[in-house]
This record gives sequence, structure tokens and C-alpha cells, in this order.
Amino acid sequence: MATQVDTRRRRRMTSVPIHIYAVLFAISFIVVVPLLWMILSSLKADFQIISAPLSPLPEPFTIAAYQRLFTGPEPIAKWFWNSTVVAVAQTALILATASTAGYALARLEFWGKRLIFSAIIATLLVPPVILLIPHYVIIESFGWLDNLLAVIVPGAASAFGVFFLRQFFLGVPKEYEEAARMDGAGELRIFLQIVLPLAKPALATLAVLSFLGSWNEFLWPVYVLLSTENFTLQPGLSLLQSAYAVRYSLILAGAVIASLPVLIIFFFAQRQIIDGVANAGVKG
Amino acid sequence: MIDTATSTVLEAPRIRSFRGASRGPSVHVRRNLTAYLFLAPFLLLFIVFIVVPIVLGLWISLHTWNPILPTKPFVGLDNYADLFTPGTLTGDNFWQSMGATGIFTIATFPLMLAVPLALASLLNRNIRGGSAFRSSLFAPYVLGVAVVGVMWNFFLNPQLGVVNAALQALGFEETIPWTSAMPWAWVSLVAVTVWWTAGFNTVILLAGMKGINPDLYDAAAVDGAGVWTRFWHITLPGLRPVMLFVTTLTVISSANMFGQSYLITQGGPGERTRTVIMYIAEEGLANQQMGPAAAMSYVLFAFLAIISIINFRVQREK
Repeated sequence: MATQVDTRRRRRMTSVPIHIYAVLFAISFIVVVPLLWMILSSLKADFQIISAPLSPLPEPFTIAAYQRLFTGPEPIAKWFWNSTVVAVAQTALILATASTAGYALARLEFWGKRLIFSAIIATLLVPPVILLIPHYVIIESFGWLDNLLAVIVPGAASAFGVFFLRQFFLGVPKEYEEAARMDGAGELRIFLQIVLPLAKPALATLAVLSFLGSWNEFLWPVYVLLSTENFTLQPGLSLLQSAYAVRYSLILAGAVIASLPVLIIFFFAQRQIIDGVANAGVKG
Repeated sequence: MIDTATSTVLEAPRIRSFRGASRGPSVHVRRNLTAYLFLAPFLLLFIVFIVVPIVLGLWISLHTWNPILPTKPFVGLDNYADLFTPGTLTGDNFWQSMGATGIFTIATFPLMLAVPLALASLLNRNIRGGSAFRSSLFAPYVLGVAVVGVMWNFFLNPQLGVVNAALQALGFEETIPWTSAMPWAWVSLVAVTVWWTAGFNTVILLAGMKGINPDLYDAAAVDGAGVWTRFWHITLPGLRPVMLFVTTLTVISSANMFGQSYLITQGGPGERTRTVIMYIAEEGLANQQMGPAAAMSYVLFAFLAIISIINFRVQREK
């Protein structure tokens, strides 16, 4: 495989015509401009947004929208905290449950293994809308309505995560575990001290993808988080939009606050995110 | 999988011989116990939040299920029958929203294949800074739909938005009602969705293209095949398994569209962009009519299953 890539590289090294670069630059610019425009507009005053809609740079440059948001009636700092709690807790739950289950399915022998694995795979194909109403009934019966647990726990049942990590564990050479087993190490120790450290790259990819998914969740929190102070940022943005109508600097400042964490994560983990998505598509 | 199974079976006697004999329960039982302890945390979540809900949803759909009411009478298939009886309010609204989702899916689908295929083809060469281009095309996808929704609600505002301001600067006189009139509302929702998610399909297709044996292209070039011939006869066939994944995922995610309509058009004009997910959530969660809403989600599921099976068959036969 590696040599194949090398020869291809050498073959293709020849020349990429300049107009290809021009097209790519133009397209990338069009794709990224709305993002930049959102950030720049959040730093403008509303009168500039209204009177000079095409001027790109803030004149004057102002963080008034952000100050107003953090001192206004909407508890945006609390929303940020709630979003963080939800995304971190759900990611941790997914990693803990998917890694142990993925390991058992890849490496351990037990009654009903095939059945359990097929059941997990089958549910990958079930559209999430099926779960919407019953999830609501279940969390209501748990007393979790208007509680962050409602947003954290149901979504942590990640069949994808189990499948993803199982595939990774299948590819890990067995020699490491077998040597430890010979030395009399228990399964838990083998898992914690040998398998998990080897799985760090896969765990990191799953962690980043889970965090993004959890942070960005919109429909479910809109319907199960009822009081404003329990909102995450996503339903919060919807509230800002209806509360401030055309005071766009405020709404966009909220959008920037909701997107900064994911954009920062993307900046530092682009490889993992993009390769994770690409692998899911090509191998899955 | 088969490989793991056979090799562990072979190991079993060896392990038994040197540590199993002396202690209490048989090695076999202990192995099962260990494995199930590893599985337990996930299985608990899986059963409570996936297996049970799938069955509970069906059960709910057979009842008049409203948390406010003291009883939840069993109504058999009435909730389904209502959906298929012309003239009932729920039925009409449901099919209107199914129609809206259908329009959205049909309009989005070709774009979500053509645009990513074009972008991936552009990127599938030895480009300097290729991964930077790839990242910027993918970037919008990491944003949540709420961010995407409120930002485009601003850009597309007929009076204050950048889009109309730019068009006017280019000499277009009329003010286009991007979010409040047809067909513009659909144009907006489809365009925003393509902007937001095309990078996702691009990345998968690009990975698929990198997996195609480059010798095939060289051989075709020697035979004098042009760019298009190579695309049709090498790239597309080589992408077949990846295409199955991409098309399935595109249909499913289009059918699940919610946030864009909710935030950009508010389902309007006149509920014509209210998607089926929006209607199910409104009816089942906001209005607490859970029986009909659960029935609707199973009808939608049946539609998606049929489409997926057809898609699978068609692509297998090609």
C-alpha cells in the first residue's frame, strides 16, 4: 500500500496546472467567507450592519454585542457551561462504554456474541426519528425533563462508537495481549494497560467526533430543556434569534460563541476528524 | 471476525490447562462472565435507549398517548388509519410535510453528489496544500445546525442581508424574498445545506478516489482516453462501494432535515417548508399527541427502508 502511494505520488508529481489552483482558491474562499463574515459582523455595531451591509470590516470595531450578551437577561455563560458539561460527559460515557464493548466484541468469546453484534449493527440503520417520542416518554418517567441528563445519557448509546472501536481492536496484533495473558494478567488489566494505550489514536478520533456531535445537537435539547437557565447553546441561539429579531450583532455574537469551541477543535484536530470521516465512509 | 473466533477456540484448552483446573467455576463460565462485565455498561445504555424505545415507539403508536390525560386507551391501528384517510387534519399535515421533505431530498440529492464529486476530482491530484483546501471545504460541516441556521437567516434577510445587498450591487433591481416565498425558500434551504454538508461527502469520495489503483489511469491515458472517459469508466466504477454509503447517508440526512427549516424559514411560507421531522416533533413533543407522532415516525421509517433497499439493489446491479 505504502509503495503504491509512493509511486503514484511520483507519477503525479509532474504538474498541476495553475488554473486548478485558481479554481480551488475561489471555491475555498466562497466556502469560508460566510464563516468570516459571521465573525466580522459580530464585531460590528448594528447601525453598520444595517446601513452598510457590504462593508466587510467592522467600523468601528466593537465588542459591544458580546458585552451586551454576557450582561443581558439571557444566561449565555450558563449555556456555555451547560454545553460543555453535556459534550464532555457524553463523550466520556461513549468512550467508556464503547471501548469496553468494542474490546469484548473484537477479542473475547462468549455466548450470544454474534446475536449481540448483529443487533448493534442493525440499529445503525434505524433512523433517529424512531427514538424521538419513546425517548421523551422514557426520560420523562426518569424525571429527567428539563435536566441535562436527558441530553447526556440517551445519546451516549453509540452503536457507531462500538463498531468503530471493534474494527480498530480487530486490527491490533494479538501478540501483546497473549504475552500478558501467559504472564497471568487478568482481562481487565490487559485491557487497561495494554489494549487501551495502543488504541489512543482511535479513541482520540472517536472522542473528537462525539464531542462535535454532542456540542452541536439541536432538535432534542430544544424540546427537553424547558427553562432558559438549563439551555445549552444551541436552543439558546434559537431563543436569541426570536428575542432579538434583527439585532444581528447580538445573534451573531451568540453564534460565534457557539462555534468557537468546535472551530478551535477542528483547527487542531483536522487530520483526525477528516480521516475519521473518510475511514468511516471507505471501510464502513 | 471468523478469524478471531477460530483462534480463540484454539487457545481455549491451553489456557484451561494452566490456570483453570484448580479454581471454582469452570473457565468457560468465567470467560462469559468477564465478557459480559465488559459489555454491561454499553448493553445497559443500548437496551434502555435503543432496543426498548424501538419497541416502545410501536406500542405508543397503537394508543392515544398524551401525558396530560389520565388514561392511555389502546386504539389499535387507528393512528395509522388516520394518516391514510384523506381529510383528517393530522393526515393532511403529515403528507404535506412528507411532501416537503421529499422535495428537499430530491432537490438536495443530485447536488450533494455532483458538487462533492467535482470537488473531490479537483482535489485528487498532487496539489500543494491539498489538505488545507480539503480542510477549508470541510470546515462548515463542524458547525452545528443552529449556528448555520441563524447565520444564514441573517445573510438571507431580504432587507438587511448580505446576499440581496450583493445582488443589488451587481445590478439586480428586485428584492428576492429568500426565506418567505416560493420557490426561493427551497432554493435557500437547499443551497445552505449544500454549503454546510458538501465537504462531508467530498472527504469520503476523495478517500474513495485515492483507493483506486493509479495504474488504471495510466493505462487509460496510454490508450488515449480523455478526462471524461476516465471519470466515467474508472473513477465512478471504482467508487461504487463508497457511493453506496454516500448516497444512503445523503438520503437519510436529507429526510431528517429539521434545523434549517426551523431557523431559516420557520417552516414557511404557509408551512410549505415544514419537514416531516418538524411536524413529528411539533405534534408529538410540543402538542404531546404522542400516538399519532409515533405512528408517523414508523411510516417515515418504512419509506426510508424502501428507498434504502431500492438504492442498494440499483447500485448492486450496476
